[in-house]
Amino acid sequence: MAAGATYEPIATTTVSGGSTSTITFSGISGSYTDLVLVCSGNSNSGTDYPRLRVGNGSASATGYSDTQLYGTGAAGASYRETSQTGFIFATYPATSAKITTIFNFMNYSNTTTYKSVLMRDNNSAGNVTAAVMLWQSTSAINYIELFITNNFASGSTFTLYGIAAA
Amino acid sequence: MPILGTIASQVPGKISVGAFESIATVTIGASASAITFSSIPQTYTHLQVRGIGRAGGGAAADYNGINLQVNGDTGSNYKTHQLYGDGATAGASAQGSTNLTYMGVATGQSNTASVFSATIVDILDYTNTNKYTTLRALSGTDSNNTYGYLQLGSGLWLNTAAVTSLTFQISTVGFGQYSSFALYGIKGA
Repeated sequence: MAAGATYEPIATTTVSGGSTSTITFSGISGSYTDLVLVCSGNSNSGTDYPRLRVGNGSASATGYSDTQLYGTGAAGASYRETSQTGFIFATYPATSAKITTIFNFMNYSNTTTYKSVLMRDNNSAGNVTAAVMLWQSTSAINYIELFITNNFASGSTFTLYGIAAA
Repeated sequence: MPILGTIASQVPGKISVGAFESIATVTIGASASAITFSSIPQTYTHLQVRGIGRAGGGAAADYNGINLQVNGDTGSNYKTHQLYGDGATAGASAQGSTNLTYMGVATGQSNTASVFSATIVDILDYTNTNKYTTLRALSGTDSNNTYGYLQLGSGLWLNTAAVTSLTFQISTVGFGQYSSFALYGIKGA
């Protein structure tokens, strides 16, 4: 069996000043097999709901669906969304507590299949969530966008990694 | 609103973390009854399998379970606990004394041909011969129609032998074309 080191950091964005509403990772190399995006963030003002979009060259505003499983601390539940304009992946508070979310973009650069993304979201004051998101496009993903209406709070961090299979 | 952007291809000095290594990849050309990783090196602390999957044929289904057997053991030596959601209901289940453990789901043939499930399976402390082997899975499929499925799974192989091979199967229907799974090793300090 071949073996080679992988899981490389591609880029990190750290928010400062609390005036950033959109974070993008563009020009993503297609040389990996999977991408992992690690987010630690919260809202600069009031409770807000960050949105993920992906695309090729720019963020696509169509073709998203997802199935989610979550626990509130008292009960578990599941729901689905179809034909969305993006993926609302968390509830960001304006408190100092950061919400941690990890996305796995599986086989993101192939041009044969739609793209499935696995997500785990941890909010110690809210829900613990696992989700699978589908982007209905066979285009390779080379662009990732995170957006929040009320801006990301200062200190929010977003790091993109690449994993290459043998 | 300001946009904070990073052009990933222009970030200099990629640094390999070094503790996560690719071992092998299997991509299905037409269809296959099973995906097997054999002769797994014993030099890592944990293993991770990452992939996309789709059932190969058979009766139309929304999804099919991905089964895992370790070291070719077909005996009733596995247990599984699952937390799952189908988009409407969350549930939990347990299976004991089975001849496989349920580690993920594959998109079924009733869905659009381009839809593939995503699966990540961790095999923890796989060389340790003092305890049974524990596995966990995060897996799901969504097809933008009437069905989705998300699984958080925990598996147990009731054997203290080191893990040297992993065989993934989809009962009776196998894996479809373009299904692809990769095995990685994670080093300890």
